[in-house]
Parts: sequence; structure tokens; C-alpha cells
Amino acid sequence: MSWTTVCDYHVLLPERGACALVDGEQVALFRTFDGQVYAIGNLDPFSGAHVLSRGIVGTRGGEPTVASPLHKQVFSLVTGACLDDPEVAVPTYPARVAGGRVEVAVRPGLTEAPAVPSLSLVPQPR
Amino acid sequence: MTGRTEGAVGQRRIVVVGFGPTAHRLVETLAERGFDGRITVIGEEPRAAYDRVALTSYLSGKSVADLTYTVPDGVVTRLDSRVTGIDRDARVVTTADGTAEPYDVLVLATGSAPFVPPVPGAEHAFVYRTIDDLDAIRVASEDATDGVVVGGGLLGLEAADALRGLGLNTHIVEMNQWLMPRQVDEGGGSVLKGHIEGLGLSVHAGAGVKEIVTDAGGRVTGLVKPDGTLLDAQVVVFSAGIRPRDELARACGLEVGQRGGIVVDEGMRTSDPDVYAIGECALAHGQVYGLVGPCFSMAEVAADRILGGPAGFEGADMSTKLKLLGVEVAQFGAMAGALDVTYMDPVGGVYKKLFISDDARTLLGGICVGDASPYTSLRPFVGKPLPAAPADLLFAGAGAAGLDLPDEAQVCSCNNVSAGAVRTAIADKALTDVPGVKACTRAGTTCGSCVPMLKQLLEKSGVELSKALCEHFAYSRAELFDIVRVRGIATFSELIENHGTGRGCDICKPAVASILASLHNGHVLEGERAALQDTNDHFLANIQKNGTYSVVPRIPGGEITPDKLIVIGEVAREFGLYTKITGGQRIDLFGARVEQLPRIWKRLVDAGFESGHAYGKALRTVKSCVGSTWCRYGVQDSVGLAIALELRYRGLRAPHKLKSAVSGCARECAEARSKDFGIIATEQGWNLYVGGNGGFKPRHADLLASDLSTDELIRIIDRFLMYYIRTADRLQRTAAWIESVEGGLDHVRQVIVDDSLGLCAELDAQMAHHVATYEDEWRATIEDPEKLSRFVSFVNAPGVPDPSIVFERERDQIKPMVVTP
Ligand code: SRM
Ligand SMILES: Cc1cc2nc3c(=O)[nH]c(=O)nc-3n(C[C@H](O)[C@H](O)[C@H](O)COP(=O)(O)OP(=O)(O)OC[C@H]3O[C@@H](n4cnc5c(N)ncnc54)[C@H](O)[C@@H]3O)c2cc1C
Ligand code: SF4
Ligand code: FES
Repeated sequence: MSWTTVCDYHVLLPERGACALVDGEQVALFRTFDGQVYAIGNLDPFSGAHVLSRGIVGTRGGEPTVASPLHKQVFSLVTGACLDDPEVAVPTYPARVAGGRVEVAVRPGLTEAPAVPSLSLVPQPR
Repeated sequence: MTGRTEGAVGQRRIVVVGFGPTAHRLVETLAERGFDGRITVIGEEPRAAYDRVALTSYLSGKSVADLTYTVPDGVVTRLDSRVTGIDRDARVVTTADGTAEPYDVLVLATGSAPFVPPVPGAEHAFVYRTIDDLDAIRVASEDATDGVVVGGGLLGLEAADALRGLGLNTHIVEMNQWLMPRQVDEGGGSVLKGHIEGLGLSVHAGAGVKEIVTDAGGRVTGLVKPDGTLLDAQVVVFSAGIRPRDELARACGLEVGQRGGIVVDEGMRTSDPDVYAIGECALAHGQVYGLVGPCFSMAEVAADRILGGPAGFEGADMSTKLKLLGVEVAQFGAMAGALDVTYMDPVGGVYKKLFISDDARTLLGGICVGDASPYTSLRPFVGKPLPAAPADLLFAGAGAAGLDLPDEAQVCSCNNVSAGAVRTAIADKALTDVPGVKACTRAGTTCGSCVPMLKQLLEKSGVELSKALCEHFAYSRAELFDIVRVRGIATFSELIENHGTGRGCDICKPAVASILASLHNGHVLEGERAALQDTNDHFLANIQKNGTYSVVPRIPGGEITPDKLIVIGEVAREFGLYTKITGGQRIDLFGARVEQLPRIWKRLVDAGFESGHAYGKALRTVKSCVGSTWCRYGVQDSVGLAIALELRYRGLRAPHKLKSAVSGCARECAEARSKDFGIIATEQGWNLYVGGNGGFKPRHADLLASDLSTDELIRIIDRFLMYYIRTADRLQRTAAWIESVEGGLDHVRQVIVDDSLGLCAELDAQMAHHVATYEDEWRATIEDPEKLSRFVSFVNAPGVPDPSIVFERERDQIKPMVVTP
């Protein structure tokens, strides 16, 4: 796996996203309240705009999420699955903090969305 | 068509005469129950059945379409066609144009006609029964100044209110010694009269009509009372009772009552077993029923019988509750009893009376004027043991409402639904809200007066009417507002840790951000608050479909100097933005990438512009017309006031956006009545209207106070806004908020004008704090490098513009190109 350093950890605001350009790929990065870092694709599959990094971060049933800023569909930060539409998912990327810096790995094989969503991804009533 | 066997249920030809609410309920019930024969409805009016109970709303803005019922599929309707004869032997009805319509089953649902007393000139008067009648009254009122309604009953008062609404100086002439003699006794009548006169209508009780006089051209000039006095009026409406339309039945030899009405048995059959009569034309149990509830029951009984069922009409409760000219009037059960308990407050305009059996144990009925709460809580107890001491029942409407209703008690009189039926539906269908109960039981779908009771039954069934904002907070926005205010909470983290679960979402975070902003007025991007904001508030701009943003500088009142206009033009040209004049009298610049926003705003702020908050749930614009400075009609300086108001309330965060406008005279060029708060100039000062909006469900604002000085005006608006901010739900515009507040606009007026809750000082202080601490959030942002660092497309490549954003050109400007996946 090849890691790319994108920014200092402290640049990421807690519970807010930022976007990084890695190998021509737009990666949305999120730092959740517990200090975890997640990376998913920045392209909002519903609108075709690259905006997911600018959505509101939160939780649904305990799972960390982001809501698209355009039409509010909610995506899991863990799996990339859309929790409002089981047919849709965005890619996820491995992300970690090393030496105070945020690193992500964008490799072809890992940009696929998981084939079978896990049980916790069944959309929950609002 | 399958299996048409003679005589079997469901293959017959049903002909219905008359297409009013009762006929509609009949065909709807037949259709719902799967009747598959042929149904033909013949109606004399030029339109399908409509909600006659709501007729008056046609004058206040409802359209014919709003009031019209949906005709079930497969029902044949013949509109604008009057039945003129029935041949019972041949089983054929004929219409005025000579067409014959054969039937196997005939249903008469011809309703009733207003009674017009045979006085000279009566032919020049109007009646108040159909949409056509209202159209005619509206036309005649256009050049009239005065109107008289003959008849002070339920319908007469409704007609009088309509004339008043049409701008006429209105008189009511009533034969009886008091108004609404069928619903209230003399004491109630006198309290009612006080209310009606207080509204500026003249009441002439104990008076009749001698004649209606006209001028040489046949135009009505007035009404002469029996004592010879003349009331000037150009419009006279008769509403002196109704008469069942039994003329067809009479002519074909069906039995009719002595005083009118087609005699029916409890299965709604006339003296001819193939002919039914239902609704207001029917005489059942020796009585004609002039309310829609019993008429609907009759329709359902007839439908059941036609389908071979055993249903019977058992008579009906003639209780009524209504709100006429803003006054609640209600009557339930008997209007007399061995004992009675009366509460009368002529000053407050309240009259309540209960009738009780001689052993003081059974409730027989009651009368209410000015406060109908006992109606809702006590009507179901009629004929049953008194649930508490009479005096308590009269005073504590709310307390009495806490009583458990017996299952057989009728909750909805319009649709004859019992408390038991509602409870069963709630349990069996797992209903959780009022719309669900309405859909399953029909209760609450006609006059709506039983809806509070439906809510109560839901709550008592253990259903939590959820007011939770989202999965993270079990509170409503108003409750969270109070928690934040009272506990002095300053951050989202503190709030969710102590009063919520999880880490929030796109619903609660912006709502809490707005509450914090309303109460503390700090910068929206300060510290943790930045993470709560929607992208619009986060970048202080409005996101567009391709991920770019729009920029809307504030142009208070729509007034702008040529120099400032030039700056906007230059900025747009330099950054290649699309420009458009908005509907809010200002200019929108579209197509900016996040990293361009600070540079654009630097230019604008340097030229004296500030944020227009087009992105925020906050004050948008205060539109203005040119007003007295230039306009030959203007009576006040509308531009000056609009600017002052826009500057006062700019940046004020609210549950939803706020819009305002100021017009310089009653011509209303600024469309102030379509705004959350709109101001229209008068010779004496300003009229303040509140609760208007355009958008999805347009609503005109209502008058809150008139002829105010500028200081008074501002004080009332301050409080109006702050009270709204404090108590409204998330994303609830002022119109919806006022409708949801118990007591509506009157309550709001009491709180902010009469200070009924003792809140005004606090509301005033809160607004003073807002005004004193306002600062332009764009200026503050460009002065803060930390905040500015977030305005980049890519954290790891701040100088690189987002390559996915591309434009094409149209009419010499840019336009986003989006590839929808
Ligand atoms: C720009 C403008 C249209 C225009 O080109 O004229 C506009 C544009 C938008 N309107 Fe509007 N509205 C604009 C005037 C209006 C008006 C007319 C008016 O204010 O006189 C109305 C009807 C009046 C009213 O609000 O009562 C109007 C009713 C709405 C509504 C429906 C509100 C409702 O209560 O039903 C929405 C949706 C919402 O706010 O939830 C909306 C939402 C929007 C949003 C914010 C949609 C969005 O979330 O992207 C649009 C983005 C603005 C932007 O990107 O700058 N806009 N919008 C107008 C900006 C006025 C301004 O200067 O601030
Ligand atoms: C202004 C107003 C307010 C009211 N408010 C209330 C209220 O708050 N609560 C309440 O319970 N009730 C109220 N009512 C009464 C309620 O509207 C009636 O009880 C209800 O309309 C009766 O319905 P119906 O179908 O029996 O008769 P109608 O509504 O009178 O309908 C009968 C229809 O048959 C047509 N017709 C008659 N003869 C023929 C013919 N020969 N050929 C073809 N068509 C014919 C008529 O034109 C009419 O369209 C109100 C009535 C009015 C006018
Ligand atoms: S509302 Fe009256 S004052 Fe204002 S522009 Fe129109 S006509 Fe003139
Ligand atoms: S009582 Fe009229 S709708 Fe229920």
C-alpha cells in the first residue's frame, strides 16, 4: 500500500471535512469528534458535483456519517454506503495519522465500494 | 362487463338527483365498497359537488378547485342539468333539456333552498348557498357601501361576516329577540351581540322586513323595517332559514311532511321502496337535519341498504361549534334542563351554561359563547354522569379535557365517529399522528373542531406525539432553545453531551447553530460552531448545483448608488461571474469557487458592502417601493423605513429565513403582505402585517397593529421576531408558526402587544443585544487568517482550482456544466 501525506492533522477541524487531490482523485477527508480520520470519494453520486467534503458530519445509529450538502443524502464514513439509498455507495480509502500528519492510500483495487453492505448499513428510520 | 344478472346486487343503475355533499358521500361510499353497477349523478349546479360547509372561504381566497370533492372513478356526472320530473312507474327521471334517465334505484339528494320571505322587492335580494350566489354577491358589492343580512342565525352571521370581508358596512336583521336563537339562549345572545357589535356590525334584533326598496333603475337602495325605518343598503342577503327541496317528490306523489321534507324510514327509503331520500331534503324521525354530519350518516346508511346491508339512521346529535367573526359559539345536547349552572362575564365576552338533570347527576347539554372549550371536553358526556363538579367543568376547560371519554362517546359529530372507534383504529393500525387517524376514521376531516380531541386520544393511548428534532435530541426546537437559554449553554458539544445522544446530524447541528447565534450573536464560524453549519453558512455563500457558490451583497431596501453598482459590475467582470437581479431587489453573482470567495469579498467589503445573508436562516431583504420621496401617491418614506429595518435586523439568525417589505401607500407596490413582516404606510403612520409568505404555500400576512408611529412599529416588530425565534420549530416560517401557536395571531398579539406573559422586557433586551453586537461576518472573516485558510478547494494544493468545475456560455454569461452520474 502506498501512503500519500496530505496535510497536518491539526488542519482538519473536528467534525468537518476537507478535500485532498491525490493522484488526480478527489478524496474527502473527515476528522470525527473522537479523533478518527476517514477518507471517502468527494464526488456526490446523486448530483455529480464534487462536494461531499463540505457536508455536515454526524452519526446515525452510532455510525459516523456525512450528509451531502446538495440534497442531504447521508453516507457512512466507514463503508461509503449511502444510508438513504442502499443501491448507492461512494468509494472509501484507507486513511491514518502518522507523525502528526494525515496520510491516505489511493490504489485502484481499493477504490471499489464494498460489494455487500454489512448489517449495520440497513437504512434506519429517521 | 361480467355476469350481469337481473336483480343481483351491484348491477343496477343508480341515479342520484342533486350533487351536493350528501350525494358525494353516497357515491364515494358506494365506490369504496366496490359497487360495480352504473352510477349517474345529475346536478343542477354547473360544477361537481363541493364543500358547502367551507363555502365562505371561497370569498377569502380558496378556489373552486380547493373546495371541490374528487369524483370517484366510473361515476357518470351530468352537471348543469336539473331534474324536472320523475316517472315512478316507468322508473325514469327527465331533465330540463328533455333527456330521460332510466333507473333501478333512485336517490334524491336535492338538499334545501334558502327561504326567502314574500316581501315586496325580495326578488332583488341575494341568498347565500352556492358558489354562484357568492359570485353574484361579490360583483354587487364592488360598488356598494352598505349591506344587510336578513337572519341572525348561524348562516346569517356567516353571510354577514362575508359582507364585512367584502368591505361593506354591514347590518344584521333578526326576527327573534336575540342572535342565533337555535344555538344560544337570551343570555348567550346578549354576550354574542356584544362581540358582533364590537366588530363594527349593527345588530337589529326583534325586527323583520317590510320591504326592499329600489331606485328607478331597479337598483336596491335599502331595506324598510316593519316600524318604517329605512336601512340604507345596496346589497341585501336573505338567510332566514332553509326549506327542504321536496318539490320533485311532491309532484310524483311521494309522501312529504306537513312542513316539508321527504318522509323516509330508518333505511332512508321513501314511500316508494326504490326511491331513497338523503341529506337536507329528507325528513327522518320527523325532523329535517340542517347540518352536514347527519347528512353524511344518511348517505352511508343508504349506500349500505342499496348494497343489501342492514344499516339504520338513528337520528343525530345537532350539536354545533363554530367560530363566527372570531367568536366561538357552541351548543351541545339539550337546551334546557331542570338545573342549570351559568358563568357569565360580559366584560370578557364569555358565557357558559350547563344543563343538568334534576338529581344533579346527569349532564344534559350546554351553551358556550366566547369560549367553546367545554364543548370539546364535555359534549361526549351528554346523557352521562357528570364527570366532576359543574363549576369546575365550566371553569377548567383544560382540566375537564383530561377526563377519559367513554368508548361510546361521539368524538366527531360531522362523521359520527366514537371515541371507541378512534381508539380501535389507533391500536389496530398502530397510528401515531392525527393525519393517520383522519385517514383511517374520517374523524376530523370536515369541520376540524374535533381535532384537539383526536390529539388527546392519541396521547392517552400512550402514543408519544413525537416532537423530537431528530434521533439525537428528544426535544423540539423551542425546548432546545429554552434549554440553551436557561442553562447558558454555549457549545453544541456541551448540549449534546448533556441533553442528547450521538454526535448530531445535518438536522440538529444547523438548528443548534442557529439557536446559539440567536442567543449569543458571535461569529458563525467561531470555534466549534464552524463545524455545525451547512455548507452555505460555512462558506458564507450559497452552494449551486455544480459545487460553486453565489455571492449576494446586502443592498438595504434595494437602494444603491451608481458607484456601488459599478463596483458590483467590476467584481463580476473580474471574476467571470454570472449576474442576475434577484426577486429580493438585489444582485446575485454566481459561479464563484471557494478559493475565490475571500478575494471577491475583499473587493466588496472595501467598497462598503456587507454580507446579504442570502445563505443564512436569517433576515433576507426588506423590499421597498419608492414611497413618498418620489411617488405621487406615497404617504410615508417607505425606502427610509425599509433601510432602517434591514439594518436593524440584518444578521439576525432565526428558525427560518425572514423577509420583509415596506410600501408607501395602500397600492402596495412592495408586496408587503407577502412577507413575514410587512409594513404599509397610512396617513397616520404604519400598518404592520405579519405571517405572510410566497413560496410553496403562499399566504397573505394578517394585520397585527395599525397606525403605528415608527417607534411603536419597531418595538412590536422586535418582539414579534424574538418571540418567533424563541418558540418556532426548525424551518418553520412565521406563517406556519402563527398557525401552530395555540390561539394564533390573537395569542401572539397578547404576548407582544399586551405583554400577557410578562416576556416583553426580555424580548426587548434580546433584540437590543442583537443590534448592539452585530458585525458583518464577511468583514470579520477576511480579517481572520485562520478562518480564511479554509477557503480552498484542496487542503494539499491550496492554489489549485477544482478541475471538475467547468462552464459553458449562454447569452454572453457563464453557465454550469454538470454531468449527472
Ligand atoms: C436568488 C433568488 C431567485 C432570483 O434569482 O430572484 C432565490 C434563490 C434561491 N431561493 Fe428563493 N430566491 C429568491 C427569492 C425568493 C422569493 C421572492 C422574494 O423574496 O421576494 C421567494 C418567495 C417569497 C418567500 O420566501 O416567501 C422565494 C422562495 C424560496 C423558498 C420557499 C420558501 C417557503 O417558505 O416556501 C425556498 C426554499 C427554502 O428556503 O426552504 C427558497 C430557496 C432558495 C435557494 C436558497 C435554494 C437553495 O437552497 O439553493 C436559492 C439560492 C439562492 C442563491 O444561490 O443565491 N426560495 N425565494 C431570490 C433571492 C432573493 C434575495 O435577494 O435574497
Ligand atoms: C354558508 C354555509 C355554511 C354552512 N356551515 C355548516 C357548518 O359549519 N356545519 C354544518 O354541519 N353544516 C353547515 N352548512 C350546511 C351544509 O352545507 C349542508 O348540511 C349540506 O350542504 C347538505 O348537503 P346536501 O347534499 O344534502 O344538500 P345541498 O348541499 O343543498 O346539495 C343539494 C344539491 O342538489 C341540487 N339540486 C336540487 N334540486 C335539484 C334538481 N331537481 N336537479 C338537479 N339538482 C338538484 C342543488 O343545486 C344542490 O347542488 C352550511 C351551509 C351553508 C350554505
Ligand atoms: S406603494 Fe404607493 S407609494 Fe409605493 S410606489 Fe406604489 S403607489 Fe407609490
Ligand atoms: S366534528 Fe367536524 S370534523 Fe369532526
